[in-house]
Amino acid sequence: MQLYRSHVLVCGGTGCTASDSVKIIEELEVRIKEFNLQEEVKVVKTGCFGLCAEGPIMVVYPEGAMYTMVKVEDVKEIVEEHLLKGRIVKRLLQGAKAEEDASIEESDFFKKQMRVALRNCGVINPENIDEYIAFDGYKALAKVLTEMKPEEVIETIKKSNLRGRGGGGFPTGLKWEFAARQESDQKYVCCNADEGDPGAFMDRSILEGDPHSVIEAMAIAGYAIGANQGYIYVRAEYPIAVNRLNIAIKAAKEYGLLGKNIFGTGFDFDLEIRLGAGAFVCGEETALMTSIEGNRGEPRPRPPFPAVKGLWGKPTILNNVETYANIPQIILKGPEWFNSIGTEKSKGTKVFAIGGKINNTGLVEIPMGTTLREVVYEIGGGIPGGKKFKAAQTGGPSGGCIPAEHIDAPIDYDSLIQLGSMMGSGGLIVMDEDTCMVDIAKFFLEFTVDESCGKCPPCRIGTKRMYEILERIIDGKGEEEDIEKLEVLAKNIKASALCGLGQTAPNPVLSTLRYFRDEYIAHVRDKKCPAGVCKSMMKYVINNEICKSCGICAKQCPVSAISGDRKTQTPYVIDQEKCIKCGVCMEKCPFKAIFKNV
Amino acid sequence: MQMVNITIDNQKLQVPANYTILEAAREANIEIPTLCYLKDINEIGACRMCVVEVKGARSLQAACVYPVSEGLEIYTQSPAVREARKVTLELILSNHDKKCLTCVRNGNCELQKLSEDLNIKDIRFEGESGNYSLDNFSPSIVRDPNKCVLCRRCVSMCKNIQKVSVIDTNERGFKTIVAPAFNKSLNEVPCTMCGQCINVCPVGALKEKEDIDRVWEALDNPELHVVVQTAPAVRVALGEEFGMPIGSRVTSNMVAALKRLGFDKVFDTDTAADLTIMEEGTELIDRIKNGGKLPLITSCSPGWIKFCEHTYPEFIENLSSCKSPHEMFGAVLKSYYAEKEGIDPSKVFVVSVMPCTAKKFEAQRPELASTGFPDVDAVLTTRELARMIKEAGIDFKQLPEENFDDPMGEATGAGVIFGATGGVMEAALRTVAEILTGKSIEDIEYNEVRGVEGIKEATIEVADLKLKAAVAHGLGNARKLLDKIKAGEAEYHFVEIMACPGGCVNGGGQPIQPSSVRSWTDLRVERAKAIYEEDRALPIRKSHENPKVKMLYDEYFGEPGSEKAHKLLHTHYEKRENYPLDK
Repeated sequence: MQLYRSHVLVCGGTGCTASDSVKIIEELEVRIKEFNLQEEVKVVKTGCFGLCAEGPIMVVYPEGAMYTMVKVEDVKEIVEEHLLKGRIVKRLLQGAKAEEDASIEESDFFKKQMRVALRNCGVINPENIDEYIAFDGYKALAKVLTEMKPEEVIETIKKSNLRGRGGGGFPTGLKWEFAARQESDQKYVCCNADEGDPGAFMDRSILEGDPHSVIEAMAIAGYAIGANQGYIYVRAEYPIAVNRLNIAIKAAKEYGLLGKNIFGTGFDFDLEIRLGAGAFVCGEETALMTSIEGNRGEPRPRPPFPAVKGLWGKPTILNNVETYANIPQIILKGPEWFNSIGTEKSKGTKVFAIGGKINNTGLVEIPMGTTLREVVYEIGGGIPGGKKFKAAQTGGPSGGCIPAEHIDAPIDYDSLIQLGSMMGSGGLIVMDEDTCMVDIAKFFLEFTVDESCGKCPPCRIGTKRMYEILERIIDGKGEEEDIEKLEVLAKNIKASALCGLGQTAPNPVLSTLRYFRDEYIAHVRDKKCPAGVCKSMMKYVINNEICKSCGICAKQCPVSAISGDRKTQTPYVIDQEKCIKCGVCMEKCPFKAIFKNV
Repeated sequence: MQMVNITIDNQKLQVPANYTILEAAREANIEIPTLCYLKDINEIGACRMCVVEVKGARSLQAACVYPVSEGLEIYTQSPAVREARKVTLELILSNHDKKCLTCVRNGNCELQKLSEDLNIKDIRFEGESGNYSLDNFSPSIVRDPNKCVLCRRCVSMCKNIQKVSVIDTNERGFKTIVAPAFNKSLNEVPCTMCGQCINVCPVGALKEKEDIDRVWEALDNPELHVVVQTAPAVRVALGEEFGMPIGSRVTSNMVAALKRLGFDKVFDTDTAADLTIMEEGTELIDRIKNGGKLPLITSCSPGWIKFCEHTYPEFIENLSSCKSPHEMFGAVLKSYYAEKEGIDPSKVFVVSVMPCTAKKFEAQRPELASTGFPDVDAVLTTRELARMIKEAGIDFKQLPEENFDDPMGEATGAGVIFGATGGVMEAALRTVAEILTGKSIEDIEYNEVRGVEGIKEATIEVADLKLKAAVAHGLGNARKLLDKIKAGEAEYHFVEIMACPGGCVNGGGQPIQPSSVRSWTDLRVERAKAIYEEDRALPIRKSHENPKVKMLYDEYFGEPGSEKAHKLLHTHYEKRENYPLDK
């Protein structure tokens, strides 16, 4: 095996690919050849590093120097300076760090993280099965098939206390045990890679960065429950993930790690990919299976549960990508190791996609029990512009918001539920003081209204009615009884909708009502939006004492809502009927004579 | 069946382990409201009207699909349950057009009934409501999405029972609409017009294309000689429209009512059914003897014919060339009868009262106009006839006994049983057996072709022939049977296919029974019972013994299969495109 003195890891995740990391790799290869370094330096296209806000990301080993926002034009300098002369290019270092702690592990972003599910992301080339194997890949499958009985595998997973990472947090081992107990000629193992929460991309990154970990885990699950066929349901909008999965499955088959008689043990397991068309509801387990069967993706009532009657009526287990990514590590390191991470009832780590008003937008993996404050201020680098933290939404459109007063709450399944939110699949959206919580509730509800499958009336019509009420409130036409109506609807949709999507759809409204009721009341009673977001309730006014009648505002106004006269020095006024509240006038006024009244 | 112990509203009871909560509650005399539920047809837990509290469950559960288990504790009337049902119903009502007073289902609407039962006084959550255009291009079925509650019973009927699959859910969320693919009209897709979707619709979102006004106009036109004929299945179901028990025989009330409505003559389609047996029986014997295409498949059911033309064109040659009985009758009325009575055939207006919506489409087929005029001018469903009787203020239950008119008011038991699945087969066997053996046969009840089993098979020894027959009812069963024949797995001489499950007694034009009745009573069985009672009550039970039919051949057609018979009583079929491309 050839040894290199230096490895250059370039992120090939979706974010960095979109900002030209592929061209950077090409340029790297050209320049490396130019200096005849190809025998000494190896370029690796890896999965996601997580710090997506600063992509494209490049990490050079052995130093571990992390370059961010690298441009194609920077490559020449990196090769000449760093790879040839051994001098780190300081201006490209993440956070423009001093040379001595340039190492990726030492950065604030990575220091508090603990990478289990993401362990290989940004480390190996996901398109090369040998690299996965070199990092203990398929060792867990070998151990399971050669040293363990199916019951022992299930016992190990049960003991690890691993809970589903897709949202519900159901104990994985228990799920496997239910399916294992069923007598059937055919069973299935499914992987839910239909990541649908807006802004969430944990599963995508795992599939892009470490597809074999999921494949290996599914084979382990197949052995544990007695299934020889698996399906990965992945959204068609994830082309890189799909491509790498395809490459990985093909390689695994060639190596005999999938297919007939794996490791000569007589165990057969095959995997197929099914592409989802992007309906959010297909992340719900019964809808997902209905979709795999070739039908309109709609949920069906439970019981019977999939473990009893799932895909094509056969016992089926369905786990999320991140759940699977934990499995090989648990098998190799033991349940005790996994139990040592996290809180009493939530073991292990959780990957979050952090977005919204935060400096380090991206993907992080933290031990359960890390506080929201640590995530926002330490890992996330705080809020841009030094604004105040107002709330964080977890659990996507099915979750709820956690207000500033609970910023020190530990992040785990149970405390999030207690706070009126949920873990969900791991989306975490940070909101600052400029956010209107009624508007946020409307934003999430708009998503569920759009994504409702239409099967049951509480979700199909109920969420629409809730949305209409929020629209009314935001338009300044709300009444106090609208708040009560929202509560009646929310309560009953939660109680009677058919599936988890419908049952959780009212959560954003319920949690904002719980913590920010005064904002709702301000909207309906005083017709005021305290955050100054809702356009119907604010107006721009020109202070005629400050106004110098320069006329710039009138010129900039896109709808000619401002009139006055420069020659006669008549102060300018805004016609509120015409004004579309775009704020251009205020921005352009050289004398700061225009104010936003909320 | 293994039993389990459960508690419903603090009542302890034992029920079979395969029961749902809904079924178990019925045992305890607790009625749980439902909307999308239709036993064996639509059990999807979609509408959430039947939600109940199950102890230990996180949210409310749909009683119609929740299986019972040992120790299950259920609350069907808790405050949470009552409130949830009310809110859900108000939501459904907020997106429903609520034009009840002018709705065809006024008084027979499951949504209206729910609203009454749940004591809805106010709809708190009004908002945007669907604004869809009416699909009324089909000659048989009108679809009004503004009334649709998305229960999907029609979808399940079309897809899972009939296996025609021309309607399904389009779009999603609030925009969800039940429609043919790409929101095409029912007239542009391979809809068989069977109308089973109408019969399962809880509201007025699906209904027949009404022809009542055209019939009133004809009746009011002094120049026209308006003749009406009634199919066998109508007389065993019409009473339901007037609150009579399912399976009531109302033949004489019906005839009396028709006379009061002002029809010049009231005839019985059964007479033409006997005529059909003569023609089709002859065709069968001819095909068997002369190596014709077998199996011969019946052609009485226009829904089945259209299905065959769309989906199984390879069987078109197997179809009997006989017109369906009412079309035969129409042709006879405009030829033989008009001549005999000295009426200009252009002035004869033939109305057929049928249990069927597909007959409306059939009547418009251009080839069914042997005399130069359409054989049949208007088709009314059983439901439409009831509406006319109500409109005319006729007290249906209090009518004197009246009989069908001469010269063609006499029919046999064989003609009557056309109304139930297996009936055409049985009627044909009664005649064919006698013709082939040349002997009178006493035992004429062929029980092996009766009943509601999906596909029935029988081998009947007639003379030296072992006649192999099969009967399928419901197009899903027809599909199964035809696929078997196609695959060479079965061989028959004679096959009867009816589009509707149970045959004409359960046709798409028959009175609509709500899920609360239909789920627990087999309409097919109850109405068929009445059909067989009618058969047994008639003095003549074999088609070839019908004196009117004999008279027809003596005076006009000569013999079955004659040239004249072919011109007036037979037809042909064509292959139809399934989804013709837009031009």
